[in-house]
Formats: sequence, C-alpha cells, structure tokens
Amino acid sequence: MHLLNLTLSRPSAITCAIVGSFSAPKVHEIVAARGQVLELLRPDESGRVQVVHSTQVFGLIRSLAPFRFPGSQQDYVICGSDSGRVVILQYSNDKNCFQKVHQETYGKSGCRRIVPGEHMAVDPKGRACMIAAVEKAKFVYVLNRDNEARLTISSPLEAHKGSTLCYALTGLDVGFDNPTFAAIELDYGEADQDPTGEAASEAQKHLTLYELDLGLNHVVRKSSEPIDNGANMLIPVPGAGDGPGGVIVCAENFLIYRAPDHPEVKALIPRRTTLSAERGVLIIAATQFKQKSGFYIFVQSEYGDLYRVTLDYEGEQVKELKVRYFDTIPPCQSLCLMRKGFLFGAAEFGDHGLYQILSLGDDDTETAEASSATLMETEEGYQPVFLEPRALTNLELVDRMDSLAPITDMKVANLSNEEIPQIYAACGRGARSTLRVLRPGLAVTEMAVSPLPGNPTAVWTIKRSAADEFDAYIVVSFSNATLVLSIGETVEEVSDSGFNGNVPTLQVQLLADDSMLQIYPGGLRHMRPDRRINEWRAPGRKSVAKAATNERQVAVALSGGEILYFELNPQGMLVESEKREMGGDVSCLGIAPVPEGRQRSRFLAVGMFDGTARLLGLDPDQTLKVLGTQAVGATPESVLLLDSPAAGKDGGDEGAGSGALFLQVGLVNGVLLRTEVDKVTGQLSDTRTRFLGTRPPKLFAANVRGERSMLALSSRPWLGYSDQGKFQLVPMSYEALDYAAGFCSEQVPEGFVAVAKNTLRVIALERLGEFFNQQSLRLRYTPRKFVIHPDHKVLVVAEADHAAIPLAQREDLQSAAAMETDGGAQQDGAAGPAVAGPEADEAAAAREDQWGAPKGEPGQWASCVRVVDPVGLETTHCIEMDQNEAALSVCLVSFDSAPEAGTLLAVGTAQGLKFYPKECENGYVRIYRFLEEGRRLELVHRTAVEGVPAAMAAFKGRLLVGVDATLRLFDLGKKRLLRKCEYRRLPTRVATLSVAGSRVYAGDGQESMVFLRYKKADNQFYAFADDIVPRHITAALHLDYDTMAGADRFGNVFISRLPPEISAQVEEDPTGGKYAAQTGILGGAPNKLQTVNNFHVGEAVMALQRAVLQPGGRELIVYGTINGAIGVLYPFTSREDCDFFQHLEMHMRQEHPPLLGRDHLAYRSFYFPVKDVVDGDLCEQFPQLPADKARGVAEELDRSAGEVLKKLEDMRNRIV
Amino acid sequence: MASLADRFNINAQLEHLQAKYVGTGHPDTNRFEWNLNIKRDTYASFIGHHSLSAYHAIAENESIGRVKYGFKQSMLLPCGLPPEKEDE
Repeated sequence: MHLLNLTLSRPSAITCAIVGSFSAPKVHEIVAARGQVLELLRPDESGRVQVVHSTQVFGLIRSLAPFRFPGSQQDYVICGSDSGRVVILQYSNDKNCFQKVHQETYGKSGCRRIVPGEHMAVDPKGRACMIAAVEKAKFVYVLNRDNEARLTISSPLEAHKGSTLCYALTGLDVGFDNPTFAAIELDYGEADQDPTGEAASEAQKHLTLYELDLGLNHVVRKSSEPIDNGANMLIPVPGAGDGPGGVIVCAENFLIYRAPDHPEVKALIPRRTTLSAERGVLIIAATQFKQKSGFYIFVQSEYGDLYRVTLDYEGEQVKELKVRYFDTIPPCQSLCLMRKGFLFGAAEFGDHGLYQILSLGDDDTETAEASSATLMETEEGYQPVFLEPRALTNLELVDRMDSLAPITDMKVANLSNEEIPQIYAACGRGARSTLRVLRPGLAVTEMAVSPLPGNPTAVWTIKRSAADEFDAYIVVSFSNATLVLSIGETVEEVSDSGFNGNVPTLQVQLLADDSMLQIYPGGLRHMRPDRRINEWRAPGRKSVAKAATNERQVAVALSGGEILYFELNPQGMLVESEKREMGGDVSCLGIAPVPEGRQRSRFLAVGMFDGTARLLGLDPDQTLKVLGTQAVGATPESVLLLDSPAAGKDGGDEGAGSGALFLQVGLVNGVLLRTEVDKVTGQLSDTRTRFLGTRPPKLFAANVRGERSMLALSSRPWLGYSDQGKFQLVPMSYEALDYAAGFCSEQVPEGFVAVAKNTLRVIALERLGEFFNQQSLRLRYTPRKFVIHPDHKVLVVAEADHAAIPLAQREDLQSAAAMETDGGAQQDGAAGPAVAGPEADEAAAAREDQWGAPKGEPGQWASCVRVVDPVGLETTHCIEMDQNEAALSVCLVSFDSAPEAGTLLAVGTAQGLKFYPKECENGYVRIYRFLEEGRRLELVHRTAVEGVPAAMAAFKGRLLVGVDATLRLFDLGKKRLLRKCEYRRLPTRVATLSVAGSRVYAGDGQESMVFLRYKKADNQFYAFADDIVPRHITAALHLDYDTMAGADRFGNVFISRLPPEISAQVEEDPTGGKYAAQTGILGGAPNKLQTVNNFHVGEAVMALQRAVLQPGGRELIVYGTINGAIGVLYPFTSREDCDFFQHLEMHMRQEHPPLLGRDHLAYRSFYFPVKDVVDGDLCEQFPQLPADKARGVAEELDRSAGEVLKKLEDMRNRIV
Repeated sequence: MASLADRFNINAQLEHLQAKYVGTGHPDTNRFEWNLNIKRDTYASFIGHHSLSAYHAIAENESIGRVKYGFKQSMLLPCGLPPEKEDE
C-alpha cells in the first residue's frame, strides 16, 4: 500500500513568535513558528491578523530571533531548528516568500542534548549571534556586511563548557562595545560524582557573561556569578543611553535586575491569593518594546497574569525595580509587543489573541505592585504581594486567531445529514476546552438579510465615480422591473439615480468617464455624468439577450446570435464599432477589465448553446475575430476571464497586469472549466475541470484582498482567489445563492451582496486561507475521549483535569451563584453543590477563558461526562465525577446477556491518579444507561478495578477493559460488572483497544501493537503476534482483519500488518494457538507484524479516523495532531499516480530542499525510515520552484509544468 | 591488516568521540552513568520537541513553560544520587 500524506489544515499552535519589520521598513510584523511551519503575520489597519505567508519547512523550528544592522530598517530572521544548522532568512517582497541568505552547518541533526538550536540570542546591534544547546555547546557567529551591503557570516567561535546546562540565553545591550551574551547556567559535574548528595544540594545556577572580542575574533567567558536557583529566563534591558543596560533575571517568585558591577535589585512577583503557598510563580513569556521616549517590558506568569516591569534608574544605576500587575490573558508561548500599542499573545493552548493596550495602568493606584524598595524579608521568607485577577482593563481584545491545539480526540461522522461528513474535534485544555465541529470551507459572516418584493433575478453594485472608495448603489433586477437602492447609513430605495426602473436589467456598469450604463433587453441606457441620457435601441424586433462590459468596452449579444461591440470614445460616447453573426445563440459573454495603462481588454469570451466556448479578439485589427474555440461538452452557463494570481510573481515579465490569463467556464452540468489563454495569440490550452455542485455555476468577479477574484455559485457558493500566488477554489460555508456582486462600504470593506430566493444579503468572508470553518461548544475540563452514539446521534465526552478543583468545591463559583440567587428568584431550589459549570454561563465562561480555573493540589482531579447534541451543539446532560475520579475513557457496549438494557455507556475512571511516579488509588468502570433518546444518562453501577482503565471496547457482547497492563472481559451483572476472563501479560499498559471477530488489537503505551485472540472453548486470551519496534501508541485505527494503523507520541504514523500466511495459520491452528503462545521469543509473541507504512508527521498524532471527505470520494485516513493540524493519508489508486508522486517527491527533494536545511528524507524518517508514504506537502511546493527548475523537473517526469500542476490539483480535488 | 598502529588509532578515535559527544560509552561505563545519559538525552528531547512538552503539559495541567523548566531542573539529578564508589 502506498499513501500520500497531505496536510489539510496546518498546525494552529504557535511554538515561537518574534516581532520586527521583515517585509518592508516600518511595518510591524510577526514571524511565527508553528512546529514545522513558518509564517509571516501582519495585523492590518483594523487590527485583524492576516497571514501573509506560510510555508512548510520540514523540520522543527525551535528558536527564532530577529536582527538588523545599525542604520538598516529591515530585519532578518535567524532560525534555530533541528537541522544542526543555523539559517538566516530574509523575507523577499517580490517573490513573497522567505529566502535563505545563509546556512551554516555546525552539528548533527535532531533535537539533541548537545547540538545547539534550542536557544538563540543576537546582539542588539546585529553584530553577532549566539546559538546554544540545552547542554554544553554554544557557538557564536559574527555577522557583518560586505562592500555590497550583503550579509556575511563568520565561521563559528566555540564557547563550550562541559557538564553545564543552559536555561536561558540573551544578548545584552552594550552599545558598540564588544558584543556580550548572558546565559543562566548550571554545572552538574560535581553532583554526578558525589554520592552523599551534598554537591547536588549545593549546585548553584550562575549568570555567565560571554564577551565576543571583535578585535581578536575570540569569545571569552567574562564572568560567572551565582544567581537565584529558581532562575529560568533572561530579559535584556536597553542600555547605551536608552536605559541602564544589564539584564532582568526571571526566577521563581522573583525578578532580579543584574548588571556587571552593579548590586542586585530584587522584586517579588505578585501572586494570586488563591494560589497555595507551595506553588511558585514562574515567568514564561516576556516582551519589550523600545521607543524614543523609553522602553516597556511586559512579562507573563504561568497562570497568565501579565505584569509591567519598570526600572527606576539614573544613568546606569538602577534604584528600584517595580513589578505591577497589568492584566490577565491566557498563558502564552510568546508575547509580541508592537507599535501602536498592539500586543500579540501566542497562546500555549487554544486561540491566540491580538490585544490593544488602552492604558499603561500608571494612574491605577489599587493595582497590586511589588517593588524592590518594599521587599520585606520575614522569618518565613519574603512577604508576598497578592493580586486578584480581573477582567481586562488595560487591554482590549482586538482579534482572535482560531487554534485547534491541542486536538485530544477527533471523529469524522455525518450527524447532521449534510453533503459531506463533519469533523468533530475535542480541543483545548482546562477551562479553554472546546468541542469543535469543522466543515471544509470558508467561514462567512452574514452582515444583513432583507426581504425583497418578489424574486430578483440579478444584483449589481455600482460606484458613483471611479475614484470613489465605496459603492453608491445596489441595483436589483426583477423579471419585469429594476430596483435601485442607495447605500448610506441605511440602504433605501431611490428613484433619482437615472436608471430605468420599468424594465428588467441585464448589466450595470460604471464607465471610465464616470457615466453609468444600464443594459436591458430593449437596448442600452447611457447616463452621462452631466445627467444627459443617451439611449441605444436594439435593431428591429431583436432584443439584447446577454451583455458583458468593462470600463471602456461593451459587448452585447442579440437574440438570434449577433454580437455587437461598443467602445467608449474620448468624447464619452459609446460607439458601435463592430458586429458579427455567430451562427447560433449565445449563452453567455465575458470580458476582462481594462488592464492598467491599456486602452482596452483584448479578449471577449463567448459561450454558445452549441457547447463551445470561444474567444474573440477586440484589438482594432481583429475585432470580433475568433481566436480560439474550445468544445466544452455542455452548454456554458457563465464565462469569466480572470488573471492568474501568479502575476508579478516572477517580476515584470511583460509589463503591467501580466501573468497568465484564465478563461473560466461554468457548464450547465455543474462543472467548472479553467483554461489558460495565451495572452498574445488568444489560443486556449491546458484545461482543468472541477465539479462544483448540482446547479450550473454562475461566475462573478469580486474583489478579495484587493485582487479580482471569482465567485462561483452552484449548489453551494465557491470562491476562487489567489492565496500566496496559488489559485485556490474553495467552498464557502453558506447556503446556495442565485446571483452575487462584490460589495464595498464603510461597514463592510470587502464583501458580497447576493440574492437568494426573495432576500437580499450582504455577506463577508472571515478568515481567508483557513481550510475549515469552525463552530464550537465550551467544555469544562480537558476532553480526553469521546464516542458517538450512532442511533441517538449524540456525542459523549469524557473530560478530566489534573490538579484542578472539582465543581462542588469551587468556592468562587458558589459564592457567585449564591449572590445571583440572593438577588434573583431561587432557581429550582438548587444551591451549593449543584452549581452549573462555568461553561454554561457566558460571563463565567469568559472569565475562566481569560484567567483559567484555579489550581488544585497534585493528585486532585476534576472531571465530568457530558452528553452533547451535535446538531444544535448544546450540552444536554453533564455528570460531574465525585470522589476524585477522573473519566479517562468511554465506550458504547451492549451486553448479550442483557439485551433488554440496550446500548449502554461504559466510562473508565481513575481515582486519585498521580504522576512521577504514576500511581492511582483505584480505578472504576461506570456503566450508564441512556434516557430520553440519549439526551440524558443514568448511572447503573460502578465496578472497581485496581488500575487505570485507559481503554475499553465492546467485544462479543461483553465489555473488554484494559486495566494498566491487563486485559479483562466483563459481563453485566445486577450490582456490578462480572469478571469473565483476564490476560495479564501485556507489556506496559493498554492505550488503545480495537476488536474484530475474535481478535483483539491492543495498543501498548510503550511496546506498539499486540494482536490477541479469544478462545471461546477455553475462555482464554492469547497473544499471537506483536510488533518488532517499540512505539508509544497514542492512537490506533483498525483497517482490516490483519492490519492496524497507529500513531505514537513522537509524531510517527505507521501501518502494521500480519503476513497473510501467518494470519491463515493462526486461524487454522488446531491447538488454537495454545502452544504457539508458549513458544514466543524473549517474552514476546511467536509471530511478528510487518511494517507496511511508516511516516513521521512531526508532532504527536492524537486521533486517527477513516473517512470519506467528498461525495463519492475514496476512503482515506484523517489524523489530528496535538498542535492542531489536520491531515490525511490517501491510498493511491493506481500504480501510475504513485510512480508520478514518488518521482516528483524525489525531484523536489533535490531541487527544492527544505528552507531550514533539514534533509527532507531524514526528517520524514526521524524515528523510523519512511516507508511507502509520499509527502504531498513537499510535492505541493512545486509551484514555488523557479520557472526553469520547474520545467526541468517536469521534463524528468515526461510532462509539462502545467501538467504537473494539473496533476497536483487533481489529487487535491480528489481528496477534498 | 590490523596493525598495532591501527589499534592505537581506534582508541584515539574513541577518545576523540568521547570528548566531542557527551554520553559516548567507554569500557568502564557503569549502569548509573549509562542511565544518567539516557535520561538527560530524553529530557533534552522533550524540551526540543514542542509537541512532547505539550503532551506532558496537558497530562499534568501545567503550562508548557513550567513543564520545560521542570525538565531542565530534572537534568541535574535525573536518577537520584550516584552510587558509592567501590574502593580501587
């Protein structure tokens, strides 16, 4: 079996983010690493974060740093990755991508202990960078400019120190003195040698300064001074005139200012009152911003509290260090403070946010503030300073970026009876958990819906003058009348617009001289800016059937198949210049807008009822001459000429508005054709087809992101637009529309106005470039597993959080509820423990979302089981677990011994589970009955098992439970489950269970898959096959009787199969494998599985599902990862496809090596050699190749570049 | 054709490797040292692979920053105190 891996939705978690001006001077942008994806983000004027560029780098990005040379205004990016190389990138504006400026190899690849890449620091003056490993190794590279101002990089200078751990690294601001780097280091050398433990307890962290002597080209360890043992992070303080210089050391509970020859200045970090005294406060993210007027430093604690750090200094003497509580936002991986007071928080889990700083909080005297001046030491340590988390006061949330991370479980099912199945993903952590329903397509916001008198046939928008920014009128045509609406504060009907309201309208156009044109069956009505009206009437008994216009050109088709062509002359008159008999009725016309700097558009597209699409020339020497004809096999419904988005990608190949031109044809059978038009000769070539839906697609041009794009209306609307230089055709998640036009007003800068039946709608697109649109339901705790009840169509979610306070003990919620009930009516007499979860109440949910749930003790669990109606997306029932139980697994089961009980729900819970070492007091299997059509649950009984029931499955009318390393078969009893059979010899712990026939496929927590067989006569399980490699299984999927797909937590996906002859042998074995089981080797099973496929995804895959993502499409494997990516593994159907992609991948590896210098083959073979999986993500980078290389690769494949692209597009269309 | 010089050479290469790569074994590596290196390598890998840190952070319900810091702290004494040295 050969598979194609394709990422549908890139990881949404951000692992690292930096801010700088990357694409142009003075533009504030963010470069974000999302695991193996590098992105350039830019907040636009309205404060929405736009993804400018996104690329797969096929390597793990571990650290990023921006740097710039003095005097320069643009930043470079230095990346530390797992490639064992330091890579300097520059964003190229004309190519619209990151370009590698330098790549220097220094070590082995992989995330190793002593290979640098984890820490990265640059000198603020851009003269040097230091890259460090977790242990020992540090390299310094000197950065410089050569005569042509190109960046040069030196050979590395070593600053290694053995047996030393590095916690943090930063570059100090020393002005133009020798570049200095500061690191927090810990030497473990002595602790390893001392059996008494004295050395270990005395191990001391040091703040070490490394100075690069630029004159000698040599790095010296300048000083190493002891520092607080809780130190974990460094924040450089601006120096050399802008500030005192030096560094702020973040330690547990403290911030400490340090500088050479300067006394230590120490301040406490204010802590939450609800925090237990044993817990420290650790700073996890920091950001600073330097302005002429001063500098701002913000830090964030692990609980999400933001603090503003201010230094009171004179010259280089720091007198006071103040830490003031600022606001609380979800804990962030990186914070980016930007110009105009924007703060970007890349959340560790869940949605990222862009905030606007409203005030610096200086005038607020009540806010908790700790200062070095008031630091009080008592006998029990320092006197703590407390804070109360509050609603956002100094910040305002401007924009949210959806993030699925982490996906803990995922299922694909069609529960709401739609065309294609929905993806249900359990996402998030703690109080920010959600259940999300994903549907492929663009999310659409409905801005307005208004009813109209009758069913309109068409709609247009028109500006009053070409210079206007916004549209002035909406023109709606009915079968016998036309309605003109003016757009202002409100939209209302007007009659003074000059349009003829008594006839239906075929086309409306604003001409280049600001006159308006209305085309109706009887002729043309040309309204000049001075309100003079010119009418042209259709000759004789003919009428205008179709029309196409742009600012200067008008083409109309008369009934009977005659085309007339008009041009706007310099006097502002429309002059008929040519006429042509087409020899058949015309079904549609299309004309492109006049290219900038030209007099006219050169082509007119014509669709004919005889099933052809023709291209007519409009140049004076060949007016209305047929240049190209294409037989399209069905009647064209609509044609549109669209410029290729590749325009300008290779930079000015032939003047303004260059790039390929495409003819889009929508056919009555629902197919959309896309044909390339030769811009010189008008020849048609290279046609691609795509089925859009059951209705004939109507094509409209509209502006998307300022570019002319296509709206195709079939049984659902589609948008064809350019995304990073690639043409994308994506469905919109909206109902079918009849007619549409672009719309631009003050409230809706870029939207569409559309008619659907008898309503007029204004809609706007939300997030372009997102593959899925999401709906979400809040959960209370981290979702662990969920099941879908196939008959009742409900979801049951098991949620559990470690070190969290269960609902019944949540005093804060209870007091809030008590206050509410005091004020209002007593609700159902419910009080105290019966508080509804915070997720049910909007205000409480927002609070929890912002500052998280309070922390509990280790070993304390909060957990619940929830029933969700997936269609209405609401919770119908939620049972909170008591007695410190944590629901970890769920499964549906119907017992043969009790058929009257129907389908029951089994929930596996662990009581008092603790980690390091892992232990639990007890485990339980709870059995629930479904009531009210599955909307509610009722406990039947619970059965103790002495371990963690991490996986369960229904097996032969009984319940199979994996308890730690044993497998148990239960039957239903009156008071409890009855143990029927047991197998104790599984390697470590059961992580997944699948069953088929009498086989059980157990995924082990560390030892991959074990295949077992149940022997009914002996009532016994025996293991007959296992895997040859250890894998820490996180997800498994049963493919067929002999085959399992699985994923491990290191980011590998694999498919293992029992060889057919062994499978047959096991089935036929007369002893039933009794003796075979005893002949196992080294404690393993007698037979071994064979690996069919192996692939490294790059991040832990948490769920695998089989699904069909397209009507009539093929079944494939969908996976969801911990970083929130969703991808598919598509089995190739033909040898030919497989060969093609394998070869393309091979050439791509050669011609387009990954950006960060990681070898693609080595990356995809990170833990196990990649086997029979082609990386579609790499193949899809084919369009990014320079034209000559693309041609070369295509030639090697015996195809043209266009055919390769077509093949890639076809493959993607086959999947989704 | 293994000559005496080659043998010395192999030793020299080994020494070079041991100096360059922490954790390279030698004939006298004891169980504790071996374990020490395995654990430190593992922690370093957890820190380097963001998704593994996230995996632990979800299980423990801690922030990723705290979990990574915890891993680094654990690298000091990953397997407890070293055993008493036997007298030579």
